[in-house]
Order: sequence, then structure tokens, then C-alpha cells
Amino acid sequence: MPPLLQVENLRTYFHTPRGIAKAVDGVSFQVEQGKTLAIVGESGCGKSITALSLLQLVPEPAGYIEGGRILFEGRDLLDLTWDQMRRVRGDDIAMIFQEPMTSLNPTFTIGYQLVEAMTMHGKFTGAQARQRAKDLLARVGLQDPAQALRQYPHELSGGMRQRVMIAIALSNEPKLLIADEPTTALDVTVQAQILALIRDLQREQNMGVLLITHDLGIVAETSEEVAVMYAGQIVEYGPTSAIFHEPRHPYARGLFASLPARGRRGQDLATLEGIVPPPTAWPPACRFEPRCAYRWDTCAQVPPKYHPADSDRPVRCHLYDPEIADRPARGAAPIAKEPVAPDPTVEAAR
Amino acid sequence: MLRYVLRRILYAVPILVGVALLTFVLFYASASPQSLARRNLSTRNPTQEQIQQWLKDHGYDKPLSVQFKNHVTGLLVFRFGKSDATGEPIWNRIKQGAGPSGLVASLVFLTGLTAAISFAVAVAYFRGTYVDYFGTFLCVLLMSIVFIVYVIGLQYLLGKILKYGPIAGFQTGIAAWKFVLLPVVIGVLAGLGSETRLFRTFLLDEINQDYVRTARAKGVGERAVLLRHVLKNALIPIITSTVAAIPALILGSLVLENFFGIPGLGSYLIDAINSQDFAVVRAMVYLGSILYIVGLILTDIAYALVDPRVRLE
Amino acid sequence: MGRFFQSDLFYNLVPLLVTAALIFVVVRARRQPLWAEAYRRIGRNKIALTALGVICLYGFVALLDSIGSTDPKTQTRRTLLDRVFEKEKEKTYSAPGARMTTGEPIPSPLKAPGTHLLGTDGVGDDVLYRTLKGCRTAFIIGGLTSLIATPLALCLGLLAGYFGRRTDDAVQYTYTVLSSVPSILLLIALILVLGRGLLQICLALGITRWVGLCRLTRGETLKHRDRDYVRAARALGVSNARILARHILPNLLPVVIISVTLGFSGLILSEAILSYLGVGVGAEIGSWGNMIDAARDELARDPVIWWNLTSAATALFVLVLAFNIFGDALRDAVDPRLRSS
Ligand SMILES: Nc1ncnc2c1ncn2[C@@H]1O[C@H](COP(=O)(O)OP(=O)(O)O)[C@@H](O)[C@H]1O
Ligand SMILES: [Mg+2]
Repeated sequence: MPPLLQVENLRTYFHTPRGIAKAVDGVSFQVEQGKTLAIVGESGCGKSITALSLLQLVPEPAGYIEGGRILFEGRDLLDLTWDQMRRVRGDDIAMIFQEPMTSLNPTFTIGYQLVEAMTMHGKFTGAQARQRAKDLLARVGLQDPAQALRQYPHELSGGMRQRVMIAIALSNEPKLLIADEPTTALDVTVQAQILALIRDLQREQNMGVLLITHDLGIVAETSEEVAVMYAGQIVEYGPTSAIFHEPRHPYARGLFASLPARGRRGQDLATLEGIVPPPTAWPPACRFEPRCAYRWDTCAQVPPKYHPADSDRPVRCHLYDPEIADRPARGAAPIAKEPVAPDPTVEAAR
Repeated sequence: MLRYVLRRILYAVPILVGVALLTFVLFYASASPQSLARRNLSTRNPTQEQIQQWLKDHGYDKPLSVQFKNHVTGLLVFRFGKSDATGEPIWNRIKQGAGPSGLVASLVFLTGLTAAISFAVAVAYFRGTYVDYFGTFLCVLLMSIVFIVYVIGLQYLLGKILKYGPIAGFQTGIAAWKFVLLPVVIGVLAGLGSETRLFRTFLLDEINQDYVRTARAKGVGERAVLLRHVLKNALIPIITSTVAAIPALILGSLVLENFFGIPGLGSYLIDAINSQDFAVVRAMVYLGSILYIVGLILTDIAYALVDPRVRLE
Repeated sequence: MGRFFQSDLFYNLVPLLVTAALIFVVVRARRQPLWAEAYRRIGRNKIALTALGVICLYGFVALLDSIGSTDPKTQTRRTLLDRVFEKEKEKTYSAPGARMTTGEPIPSPLKAPGTHLLGTDGVGDDVLYRTLKGCRTAFIIGGLTSLIATPLALCLGLLAGYFGRRTDDAVQYTYTVLSSVPSILLLIALILVLGRGLLQICLALGITRWVGLCRLTRGETLKHRDRDYVRAARALGVSNARILARHILPNLLPVVIISVTLGFSGLILSEAILSYLGVGVGAEIGSWGNMIDAARDELARDPVIWWNLTSAATALFVLVLAFNIFGDALRDAVDPRLRSS
């Protein structure tokens, strides 16, 4: 059986005044039914654009999907017509966004927006949808569902709004839920509740979940697999436990280095030195090279392969590429600064 | 709601006093009554008595402070006095003219608003395509043509070349449509460019909001997104901007009524301008301000009706 | 001294100085980083450059019509434009390029047959010449009004926004009252009182126009007043006048310049409308509004006199269009946040 979602070499570009921005540049991953894949990375790495590309909701007209395949239950979503794709959205694949404060239409009631999501796909009649709306609101934990149906978004708190968003997303029992930083804008206590809710619902409905976050604590608790994303590419991909235990890519090491205890929630990414360069100005070879503590001459000249160092843990780094011969010898000092993680050469040799 | 409206009306009083003051300073303090009298008396060389009599009739003989008091209190209770030129009570003419003017202006307003919103939605639907570029450019073209050229040009086109019905005049009742149609078409056309362009930017502002993405992610089709989600939100700035249409409507009724011989307030004012009838102009300025302030209040109420976040407290 | 203000020298100096000042400012502004970027963006925008070219062309005609000398024989001032384009007066209307007059029961031959490229008007003046004469009026109305309204709006807006309290109340009250009189009515009233004439119209337009800009200035000043750099300056004991002039005003300039440019086309259109309503610049001054106004009767004639209306309306349309396009481009170039699309 094919995986629920299989993305192959997805590329999403933007036309900008400064040239073409390759916001997502050759991303591949897969999500199994009932399982969670987390995508982590700093702001501006292309996580949200990846997620929007799956639903073909990339901001137009600047953004466009340049190429790749998005296989959902075996069929390529990029081959669908506009209207077929519309029917996939919200029905087979649903999405929750980062900004609960602005993601609901301020001029319609909660009830209207919830019912609209259901009647849109013809699965429920108006009356059924209204009943189900009430049930859903109760299920996501709103105190007074009947009243909430009549309320407008501005009358609810951020956490409540995110619950409503979850109710909308789950209203058609989707097979895949994309959650783009669903808790970033919320208080820490509310974050835990929302995550627990998503996890419970995932179990109930056996959904696949694509969770985007830059909170590593969340990753450890919720996901089976992790993809670390940097500058539009996945730089490391593998089982959560393995990556947590031993991050390989220098970028991943930087991220995880600051995590002293597993599962520390509410913890943002470690502060790596420097920032993600804008997509129009990405370094030609290794995109992490200017910030990398382990770099050497080759890193600025040869783009690293997304090299399966071992089959279930590909890493995009010369350190793990057996074909790269000029790797500095063991003990050679890194150019920029002392490595914080285990010595790379030792690992490469293993 | 009622409380809110009352309070708004109360706030309007100082503004109206200000307007009354302004008109007083403009007209009373800057033109000498003597010259007014001379200009408005029909005889070539009026005697001093005639002038005195005229001043007395029109209340220009009292001391300035008394005149001021009379002026302000008169305006506040809609006592406009007599026309300088004809001696006719101004209020009578206003009552007669309000009907035709109101008919034309409200038709222009409603049709224009509907047309502009429809075009804006259409242009926004095709955003980023050549339809959009062409439409926007067309709007700029329309904006760059003077009102009067529309009037003269269309009247020529329809009347002379297409031999379309009566060109000037007015009738009350249902028969009015024949006389009103052309002025309304021209009035709508004249404002279409700038309104469509403005509304388009409102719509495009909304299209980039997060909730639109949510609606699309729910599977709502593009047309429903635009007509339901985006339009309802864009109506908020659209409504706020419609007060700005009032001055344009007034200008429209001035030009159109005069041109098409519709016996409304606009024609009255033009006649007053031509005969330098200060009393009438004064009254119209004041009336225009009241209209504008009422428009503002109505806008606020409409605003509260569309936007659930606003409550009239 | 009084002689000087009436002399040809003075009349020629003013437009030349204004032009020179404008060119100086435009060239100097390029050194500022913000404007340098804007220049670059406009430089890439072909349509905006074309519009700018059209505006400059009109401006050049207006300048030609502002420089001249007094003819010793007739004791009337003749501008360069007059010298080049003025033609002998015909009897009455004649079609473009015609050899005979139009509109008379029996057409009579023209004095200068075939030379009136755009025909002649009712009193026999060359329409091309009249149309070109309108440029100067348009630029004076746009420019002088902006010169009246902008400083007034800036001063009051800055004061109201910066000092708040009473000053703010007074300024706000003033412009609320002024803005609650629909502008066309206020204009009519002002012109009736002030009398007709170019200067009076500019003054009246200025009085109705400053309100919008003042509101804008006040709002922007309020925003800047509480910024850190202003607080820091105040804490350092910098005088209010200096803070306003050195710190706040420069930040407002882009917004003000955009708004003035965008307002220019509206001002030029106003002239035509006012002329039509009978409160225009007056018949002795050549203006497009007067020409369009005359066309009301001309289109009803048989044969139709269309050239007068067409020439004036086209001249007006092209200039207003150019200002609209250039204003939009300027706004987009200076402040991408205000972008219209
Ligand atoms: N509408 C847009 N136009 C141009 N570039 C964009 C647009 N939206 C996003 N990008 C670019 O795509 C990159 C990835 O953005 P995003 O996916 O939102 O990052 P994140 O990982 O923080 O979610 C960003 O660097 C941004 O510059
Ligand atoms: Mg994001």
C-alpha cells in the first residue's frame, strides 16, 4: 500500500523583484496513515510554503509550484483540475494555521464558518451540519457550544479560536491534517492543551499529521519522524528518537544542542549564529556553509548531496558523503569555531 | 443605538454653529450691504430710500452682532429668509427642488455604488491578469475625463446622433424616468472610474488576509470566496468611503440639473450664482453641510451593521 | 519698487526662478537614499517616464507662455508663445484646416486659409493657440494652489499633532467645520465673495484643499511624536521648533509630496468645472474650462462645431492622465506600503 502522502522533489518558487526565490527547492518526505511527521527549522526556511504547496494555496500570482510530485493515496495532486483540487481541500486534507487571531473571517459567525466547511463537500445537509458543528465544538473543548455558534471570532480568545480552527479542520474527518505551527501564537498552558487535543483526535480518526513547528519539545512528544529543513531544503530526515539522540547535520546539531532535557516544551529553537539568508540570495553550494562551524573549502564549491548515509537517515552534508575525499583529517580544527556536538570526523568514520 | 444617534446629533451642533459662523464671516463681513442692495434692486439708479428699504427687508440694516445672532439662530432652525435677488422665500424653493434633486442624486448614488462594486469584484476576480491591468487602466482613463465632457459628449451622442427622447426638462411621477435616465447614466459614468479603482484596492487588501486562506483550505471555491468572504469584509471600507460621494453628488446635481433643465436644488444654486444671490448660496452651503453630517452619521450606523466588531455605544 | 513688480523683468523672473528651484530640488533629492531608490524605480517604469515627459512638455509650453516682453507699439505684453503661435483673428468659426468660415449664412474666405490646424473659435481665434494658452492657467492653478495649501496644512498639522491639547482641538475643529461643507459649495461661496480671477480661484481652492493634507500631516506627526528618536531629542533639550523642523518634517515629506502630486490632477479638473458653473477664471484668461464651457452651444449648432471642445478636452485629458499615472507611479516608488495593487 502506498503511504498516505508522498512528496517527491517538490519545488515552489516565487517571482520577486530581485529574481526567482526558490522558497521550497526539492523537498521529499512521506506521511503514513495515523503517523506524525514533524518539519522543523528556523523562520523563513520554507516550512509554511511547503505546507501550502500541498494544498496548492501558494500565494498567487508571485508563487508557483515549479515541479515535483505530491502523491496523496497514490494519485498526484498536481495533476488534478482546479475543481478536483478544491474538493480535496478541507475534505481529504485539512489545514490549521499559525495565526488563530486572523484566520477566521471576522464578519461571519463561528457557526456559519463551521457549517460552511461541512456543506461545502456535500457530506452533510444543513441541519446535520449544524448539529455536528455543536458536537465538534464540544469535542474541541468549548464550554458553551450552542452559544459559540452564534458568536463572532473577536468574541473568543486566541486559544478558543484555534480550537474552532481545529473543529473546522476536522469537520469532514480528513485523512491528513496539516498543522502549521498551531501553537506558536498561544500561551504555553494553552499550547499543551491544543497539542493534546490534536493528538487525541489523531488517534480517534487515525489521521496522518504533518506538524510544522519550531518548538522541539513538541516534536519529541508528538511525532514519529522528523524532517529538519534549512533554506528550502530538507537537510536531515529520520526517526524522531534517532535524530534527537544523535543529530548529524551541523544545522540540526545547532538546533538540538540547546535542548538539555528531552521534551522541554515552550522552548524555541536554539539561537544559531546568523540568520537564514533570503531565498534570492542563497549560497550556491551548501546553503548552510556561511553559518557552519565545520565548513571547509569544498563546502563553498560543491553542493552537498542529499546523501543517504544510511538508508533511513539521509543527511545533506559533505561530512557524511563517502565520495568527498578532502574532508579535513580527524582533529583538524573547524574554521569558524569549536564544535559543540561530537566530533564530526568520528561520526563520519562510523 | 438611539442613544448613539442622539449623541452624534449633539456632537454635530458645534460643527453646524461653525458652519454658520463661516458663512456669516464670508458673506456678511466681506461684502458691503450697500453694494448688495445696488446689485439686486431692479432699478438702474436706486434712490437712497429704496436701498434702505431693501436693506430693511433683508435684515441687513441691523448692527453686525444682531445680524450674526439672527443668522446663526435662523440657520439652526432652518429659517433661511428671503432670496436677495427675487425676494422669494428660500425655503419654498428648497422644498420644491428637493424632490427632483433627491431623485436624481439617490439614483446616481445607488446605481453608481452597485456598478462600481460589481466592476471592482470582476476586476479583482481577474487580478494579476490582463483583464485586471486593462480594467485598472480604463478606470484611470475614466477618472481623467472632466465631468462636463461626459455631459456634453454623451448628450450629443445620444441626443443628436441616436435621436434619443427628451433631452431636457422634468415631469413628476412615473413619467420622470425619461428625463432622469440620461442624467443618471452620466452621473454614474462620471464617478465609475475612481470608485471602481478604490473598491478594487479594498478587495485586494482583503484577498491577502489569512481568513481567505482558511476559506480556500476548507474547499470554498474562488468565486464564493470573493463574493461571500472577501466582499463582506471589503464592504466595511467601502461603506466608510461612501460619505466622500456626497460632495461628488452635489457637484453632479449642480452640473446635471443645470444642463438637463431639471428644476432641482442644483439649478437653483446655479441661478443664484449667476445673479450673485448671496442669501441663497448661504442657505445651500448650510444645507450641504447638514447633508454631509447626516451622511456621516448614517455611514457610522451602516458600518456597525456590517462589522460585528463595532458596537454603537 | 512698484515699477519693478510690474516690469517685464519681474514677470519673467518669477517663472524662471520657480522652474530653476524645481529642477534644483529634483536634482538634489537624488542624493537622499530614499529618493535615490524611488528614482531608480521610476526610471525602470516606462509608462511613468512617458507621463513625466508629457508633464514636462506641458510645463514647457506654460513656461513659454510666461516669458515675454511688452510690445512698445500696443503696450501689451506678448509672451514667447504669443509670438510663435498667435494668428490673425478671423471673423468667426472655421473648421480645422479650412479655407472658408463655418456658421455664417454665407461662408466667407479666411484671412489665413489653411493655417488653422485646429480651426478657429466663435470670435475667430486660432483654437491651437487658445489650447496652448490653457497650459499656463492649468499649471498656475495646480502649482499656486499647492503652494498655498501645503505650507498651511503642514504648519497646522505639525502643530496640532505635536503639541496636542488646545492647539489640536482648535485645528481639528477648524478643519472639521471646513470639511463638513461639501467642497464645491465652499468653493462657490468663496469665489463669489473673493471675486473671479486666477489668484482668487487658487486661494479658494487652497482653502478647500488644505484640510485633507492637514489631517494627514497631523496623523503622521502623532505617529512620530512618540517614537524613540523624538523622545531622545527632547530629553537632550533640543527645542521644539528644531525637533519639528529637523526630525519630524523630513519624515513627512514623502507622504506630502505624493499627496500633492496626486492632488494636482484634481485641481486642474476643478478649473474646468468651476468655469462651467460660472465661477471660473473669467473669459479674458485662456483656459480649457472656458473652451469646454463654450462648447455647450457649439455642439447644438448645425454644422456641429466640435473642434473647440475636442481640442480643449483632449489637452486637459492628456495632462490629467499624465499626472494620475505619474502620481501613482511616484507613490508606488516612494512608499511600497501604499502600493495600490
Ligand atoms: N508571497 C511571497 N513572495 C515572495 N517570497 C515569499 C512569499 N512568501 C514567502 N516567501 C519566501 O519564502 C520563504 C519561506 O517562507 P515560509 O515558508 O513562510 O517560512 P517558514 O519556514 O518560516 O514558514 C521566505 O524566506 C520568504 O522570503
Ligand atoms: Mg511559517
